[in-house]
Amino acid sequence: MASVVTAPGQQGSWVQERIFLGKTFPEYLRSLWTPFNVICAAILAVGIPMLVYRFAAGLGATTNLSQTQPWGLWIGFDMMTGIALAAGGFTIGATVEIFGLDEYHPIERPAILTGFLGYMMAVIGLMADLGKPWNMVGIFSNNGTQSVLFEVAWCVACYTTVLFLEFSVPLFEWLGWERFHRPLKKALLGLTVLSVMFSTMHQSALGSLFIIAPGKLHPLWYSSQIFLFFFISAVIAGICMVIVESTLSHRLFSEQFEGHHVDVDKLTLGLAKAGAVVMFAYFFLKMQGVIDNHALGLIGVGFYGKWFLLEMLGFVLLPSLMFAWGARNRHVTVVRVAAILGVSGIVLNRLTVSLIAYNYNQPVRYWPSWMEISVSLALVVIGVLAFRWIVNRMPVLRPMKSQAGGH
Amino acid sequence: MKLGRRTFLQIAGATGTAALASIPSRSLAAPDVHAAGADESSVLVDTTKCIGCRGCEAACAEANKLPDPPSDEKAFAGTRTTGPECFTVVNPTPKGDGSTRFVKRQCMHCVEPACASACPVRALDKQATGPVSYDGSKCMGCRYCMVACPFSVPKYQYDRAIPLVRKCTFCAGRQAEGKQPACVGVCPSGALAYGTRGQLVEEARRRVYGNPDRYLPHIYGEHEAGGTNWMYISDLSFATLGFEVAVNDNSYPRLVRGALGVPPVVMTLWPPLLMGLWAFSHRDGKNKPHGTDHEAGKADGGNHG
Repeated sequence: MASVVTAPGQQGSWVQERIFLGKTFPEYLRSLWTPFNVICAAILAVGIPMLVYRFAAGLGATTNLSQTQPWGLWIGFDMMTGIALAAGGFTIGATVEIFGLDEYHPIERPAILTGFLGYMMAVIGLMADLGKPWNMVGIFSNNGTQSVLFEVAWCVACYTTVLFLEFSVPLFEWLGWERFHRPLKKALLGLTVLSVMFSTMHQSALGSLFIIAPGKLHPLWYSSQIFLFFFISAVIAGICMVIVESTLSHRLFSEQFEGHHVDVDKLTLGLAKAGAVVMFAYFFLKMQGVIDNHALGLIGVGFYGKWFLLEMLGFVLLPSLMFAWGARNRHVTVVRVAAILGVSGIVLNRLTVSLIAYNYNQPVRYWPSWMEISVSLALVVIGVLAFRWIVNRMPVLRPMKSQAGGH
Repeated sequence: MKLGRRTFLQIAGATGTAALASIPSRSLAAPDVHAAGADESSVLVDTTKCIGCRGCEAACAEANKLPDPPSDEKAFAGTRTTGPECFTVVNPTPKGDGSTRFVKRQCMHCVEPACASACPVRALDKQATGPVSYDGSKCMGCRYCMVACPFSVPKYQYDRAIPLVRKCTFCAGRQAEGKQPACVGVCPSGALAYGTRGQLVEEARRRVYGNPDRYLPHIYGEHEAGGTNWMYISDLSFATLGFEVAVNDNSYPRLVRGALGVPPVVMTLWPPLLMGLWAFSHRDGKNKPHGTDHEAGKADGGNHG
């Protein structure tokens, strides 16, 4: 962690001030030599060449995808899971801008930044997965309106743009570009409305993708109402991720909060209340979906029956009750553990729907190759590093330092 | 104004068309299931007549410039599936009496194809004449067609840097020239009958009901997946022959219709609803603008958000 704050040189250039955190270039390079960065560099050193190799050699040489398993880790994790975990942007955006719960304002910008980076990484993962990514432009001209993927693609494209515009508010503050910053800040309410609209559509549509494959997805997860489950669980993911991410941020970037106090514990307890209600409702809606699908008798039966129980009891009902208990007894640690369980539950759910319970009746099972895993890991690391780079410089966790002078 | 029957029908027709056009999940004029695709070109496979010569495989390979099919010895060693370089296969199934039934498999060319409905760039598309066609220049390689197809027909060139989805073309080019599909043209035993779907459903029923001792009373493809242009009749159950018997009888694109009805509702309802909530939560200036934490002293101009 680049936590050493050297006295900013009087004659320090804008670049030195804003990019190298007030250090000279050699000082800055030296400050990068940390165990965390070394691990990140190692992951990137494997993952990025693999990403390049994939385009040179094709999917067959890099992935374990097959004719029966057309979608693997890059769709199941990078796309399905990544997009769900990036739902904090619209959840908190709506809380602050629309519902007017202003006390959550300090965590709005980090949530939007997490969302934006999450979507960027998901889109890069998708590019790696597509056979001919340059033909993606056809989405906008060929009118494939019968396809759920058409909806997903349009909404993800629009929402990533909206997230960028939302993120550009701190970006332009940092750059000192008043002329762009002001109108965008005024547009923030409109952008938030759009973000909720697009998120409702594509978060749910990611689930709808599987409605056309009733014979392939296990009946405990298949449902013609799967879009409802995906949307509600995306809200859960948003809430849980914001708790986890704000806790981590306030530990890791504590120097950012000097002289500007944010009561993270209070916000965490408030989020836990919301989380408890939404997760409790989600639990019963899911059960109703199972009954509706005549699959009640499959619960607890065989691997998938037990897997379903594990997911629903351990990663939905348990964290829901923990949220409720923690919020009631003002026990922040319990809430944080519940949020970690909640995030794990969403990861579990998305991987289950797209990989584990998909093709449940096929004799040959899919397991990602090490190359697929290395690319997915590298994308996560890029996201984390970009988040750190940005919050260390831009007014995301803290207001812009009024060292203004230059601008 | 007197409303004649003709005018009434015109109005009804126009209203109906407008109503249909507003349903987002259908872009093709797909007729009612029972009359589905009656005029489309189709093939009826009579598995009791197939002698397993695999002439269709060779003709298919030649017509589509694919590698030569394997020898009988290799081909009949187990059950094969179609592949990116092999659009049709003939598989043997032993019958109880020591004889063997052969089944030719290829794309079923559904009347309402799941793959084409799933394709967001319409690289896969249903032709009015019957074939489900593929345009590689539009394909982005998302492989959603492979997820969607209930018969697991579309196959992907995983081994290529610039891959395509591959499957039976129903020899759309030959059909356009008035010729039969290559496989039908070479079939020496009469196992493959080519015609319109309407004719072939009638023919299949005639054979099945006319010879109850010879056929099971099931025309595979008449209702499967909402109806397919390739249909089968047999004396062995389709489960025994390795067919996908769990396939729904309803059209697959229709499964998604409810979910695809969500976006128009969200797009029209959300903005006013959310703005209403905003107005409600900000009534009487209850919430002051949150300029102070992030603005670093900049004036916010009282404008929230």
